[in-house]
Amino acid sequence: MSAEGHDHGHDHEHEHHHKDTFITKYIFSIDHKMIAKQYLLTGIVMGIIGVGMSMLFRMQLAWPEESFRIFNILLGDKWAPNGVMSNDIYLSLVTIHGTIMVFFVLTAALSGTFSNLLIPLQIGARDMASGFMNMISYWLFFLSSVIMICSLFVESGPANSGWTIYPPLSALPQAISGSGMGMTLWLTSMAIFIASSLMGSLNYIVTVINLRTKGMSMTRLPLTIWAFFVTAIIGVVSFPVLLSACLLLIFDRSFGTSFFLSDIYIAGEVLHYQGGSPVLFEHLFWFLGHPEVYIVILPALGITSEIIATNSRKPIFGYRAMIMSIIAIAFLSTIVWGHHMFISGMNPFLGSVFTFTTLLIAIPSAVKAFNYITTLWKGNLQLNPAMLFSIGLVSTFITGGLTGIILGDSTLDINVHDTYFVVAHFHLVMGISALYGMFAGIYHWFPKMFGRMLNKNLGYVHFWVTAICAYGVFFPMHFIGLAGLPRRYYTNTNFPLFDDLQNVNVLITTFALIGGVFQLVFLYNFFSSIFYGKKAVQNPWKSNTLEWTTPVEHIHGNWPGEIPEVHRWPYDYSNPGHDEDFVPQTVPMKPGEEVLHH
Amino acid sequence: MTSLLVIIVLVLLAVALWQLTKIFDLTQVGSDTDSSQIASDNDNNVQGYLMFGFLAFIYIFTIYGLFKWGPLVLHTPASAHGGQVDNLMNITWILIFIVQAITQVLLHYFAFKYRGKKDQKALYFADNNKLEAIWSVIPAVVLAGLILYGLYAWTNIMFIDDEEDTVVVELYAQQFKWTARVAGADNVLGKANVRYIEGVNTLGVDMGDAYAQDDIVVSELHIPKGKKIHFKMRSQDVLHSAYMPYFRAQMNCVPGMVTEFAFEPIYTTAEYRELPYMIEKVANINSLRSKKSLALVAKGDVALDPYAFDYLLLCNKICGSSHYNMQMKIVVDTPEDYKKWLSEQVSLAQQLKEASAPAAVEGAETPLKSNDTVAVSKIAMK
Repeated sequence: MSAEGHDHGHDHEHEHHHKDTFITKYIFSIDHKMIAKQYLLTGIVMGIIGVGMSMLFRMQLAWPEESFRIFNILLGDKWAPNGVMSNDIYLSLVTIHGTIMVFFVLTAALSGTFSNLLIPLQIGARDMASGFMNMISYWLFFLSSVIMICSLFVESGPANSGWTIYPPLSALPQAISGSGMGMTLWLTSMAIFIASSLMGSLNYIVTVINLRTKGMSMTRLPLTIWAFFVTAIIGVVSFPVLLSACLLLIFDRSFGTSFFLSDIYIAGEVLHYQGGSPVLFEHLFWFLGHPEVYIVILPALGITSEIIATNSRKPIFGYRAMIMSIIAIAFLSTIVWGHHMFISGMNPFLGSVFTFTTLLIAIPSAVKAFNYITTLWKGNLQLNPAMLFSIGLVSTFITGGLTGIILGDSTLDINVHDTYFVVAHFHLVMGISALYGMFAGIYHWFPKMFGRMLNKNLGYVHFWVTAICAYGVFFPMHFIGLAGLPRRYYTNTNFPLFDDLQNVNVLITTFALIGGVFQLVFLYNFFSSIFYGKKAVQNPWKSNTLEWTTPVEHIHGNWPGEIPEVHRWPYDYSNPGHDEDFVPQTVPMKPGEEVLHH
Repeated sequence: MTSLLVIIVLVLLAVALWQLTKIFDLTQVGSDTDSSQIASDNDNNVQGYLMFGFLAFIYIFTIYGLFKWGPLVLHTPASAHGGQVDNLMNITWILIFIVQAITQVLLHYFAFKYRGKKDQKALYFADNNKLEAIWSVIPAVVLAGLILYGLYAWTNIMFIDDEEDTVVVELYAQQFKWTARVAGADNVLGKANVRYIEGVNTLGVDMGDAYAQDDIVVSELHIPKGKKIHFKMRSQDVLHSAYMPYFRAQMNCVPGMVTEFAFEPIYTTAEYRELPYMIEKVANINSLRSKKSLALVAKGDVALDPYAFDYLLLCNKICGSSHYNMQMKIVVDTPEDYKKWLSEQVSLAQQLKEASAPAAVEGAETPLKSNDTVAVSKIAMK
């Protein structure tokens, strides 16, 4: 990395005749590869905080009557006097864990890293359509991360009304301590985050539409790019709605409007609010909130599609069906938000409509799962760590997705809504699956990002321990949810009814702690390999896509000479007409070779 | 002591990890360094077998879970509609287990069976419209069945017939307490709004409303078996959710509007306690509690009370610091016992009269304009 100079040897670089200082190269960089790395590093830091929080509150749930010195050390005397976690900080940890993992890690870091890295490289572009906007997008994300972390240190505590921040709880400081300054900072951070996300998404869309190299038709795009492209569109459509919800909530909190509040009596007095409805907020929130889970999972599925095809040495099965299902999922994702609100008090007729649209989404999802499995069939599987994480993703995506049939059915949702069953479901289907997608992407494209290889044996250990712990945590959690245990309870000791679930909670926490600690293996591997990893060859995985035609050392503009022309689709693996088991997209068609995709 | 244990566990984990990587490294002897971090045939072999082992893990863990934790889950619904919910749930579970069993086997078995070898070539198989059609149509048909059954049940449960003979009860939520208001002899709840909250009238009932005169406010709710109870939920401060898991009933309580849910209890509390599964569950809980009590007593604390089953109303929407302890006992009586209980209750009007009796009549008859009570009529359900 350090040897990387500024190569001005090619035509494109005429306008870049300035010296790269440390600041323009590593900090305010407009190079998409550097911005991708910045997103990844910020995401890793946020991920450590988010996962660390979950380990703390899992300890509280397993041993609610014990005191732990570590609580006191990490949370301080105010929130954990004598090592006993307070109920307010428990709710804060749950809230901020959700916020960080959903938005900062699985949205920004996942899309931000891989969309930035791969879109220009895989479509054959010198950089993003607007490098400057890309830089602003990253720095707004960084700013929002800093504000979110600052909110952990305010006197009245960080936001603690759940990551869904339903008013009136989030609107009234009288209702809960975290709805004071903590909530103000949460809303500010999210507003900036959304601005960052919108800039990034617009950039991705414009780049994919306009900057594809010669021959790179839409039906020759790798599925990663399709996934990032559609994800960006969903983001542009739905994130502004959350922004409006945040702004209206700020109005209610600070300027006395009544968008979401009505008829409230709290702390001995009637408040002036009249005529608003919290249900309106729920609609606005979930209009983003549900597409959000696809914003999280689609890039992971895109990464997986690419890695499974490459490592199976086989074309991805049903390329067109995969594209169609991505588009179908994206479309349906915007008309299913009501399934989070079956029992919110909205008209039951709406519940019927949302049940119908929700269960429809299972069809494209099933198509994707079956296509992955068929891609493995009769392959020549190269079981690299990235491949293991991709197979793991398919496994957890199926396990978690299937329980969605229960939650999407309004009748069944009545009794499992807001229980641990929901927690188990969404962690498997979008949390763990998307994390696996992110890990798979890191193992696969690490050579492209840093010019070195990750240690595969540490990768194997990382995968297997994570895989066992992920099931170990979330599989038993389904049962305690079906036993009626509500989520977001600081302790269950006030309900003797749930005493028989305590052993299960201890088991879950044990797996969570082991799984959490073993992420250190990944961190060690990641940071040591940046400096000491084995040097990578240009195309270590023998892949077809364009990013592996660029030199190992990063240069501005990606290709030293002309951008290569594309002659075929990206999945010509083990094509019988060729000697090698891969045919890069840049290889011209042989005379008489059948064109599979135009 | 605990921190020492934690340190020991961490050290052991680190050692285990180091050993594991060493074992993996030993399998690498002879591979060239350039591609040393890319899976070799040997890696594919080891990882392929591990994939197969993982399949076994998933299966064993699932079966173990079903036996070990299966008995913990809710069953035998205590409401008339609950049977329908559980029936649909069971059908869905059967489907889920079939699909899960098949897909996980295929996925992990293929990962094992087709693990890479140097001289092996993959099959070039990119498309097959027939296969795509099969796995689009089958889920579509199966889901259509589930959707139809689900919608049928949902319509039955959620659309409440006003003509039906029901007992009307209000569930009133506030941080961190439930209160119930029984509609009394006229079976109609008096109008209410938080702006009427004063003194004993903690629910903000409009005492100027004729229907309010016989309303009864209680903190432990009794309901009769065999009659449909029509719950109307209100909240005075933040969102709450009235969750009655044994009745398969849940509905959010939303400030500024009235939400509804109705069900018919089919077991009295006494009957439900006598169900064999409940006897076993309570015995299990009590043995856990007595074990815990022994430890508590040894430390000089008070032993835990033994547990007896009761229907509970829980709050299931985060509502503040003490959300984890917001509950109310619900007792299902035989119709006779219910009548008796009802006759022993004092109406809210009576309570108010008693509360204001010692003081002078000052301001007791403030005229209330009837258009002040608009807010309550905003029922989004209809």
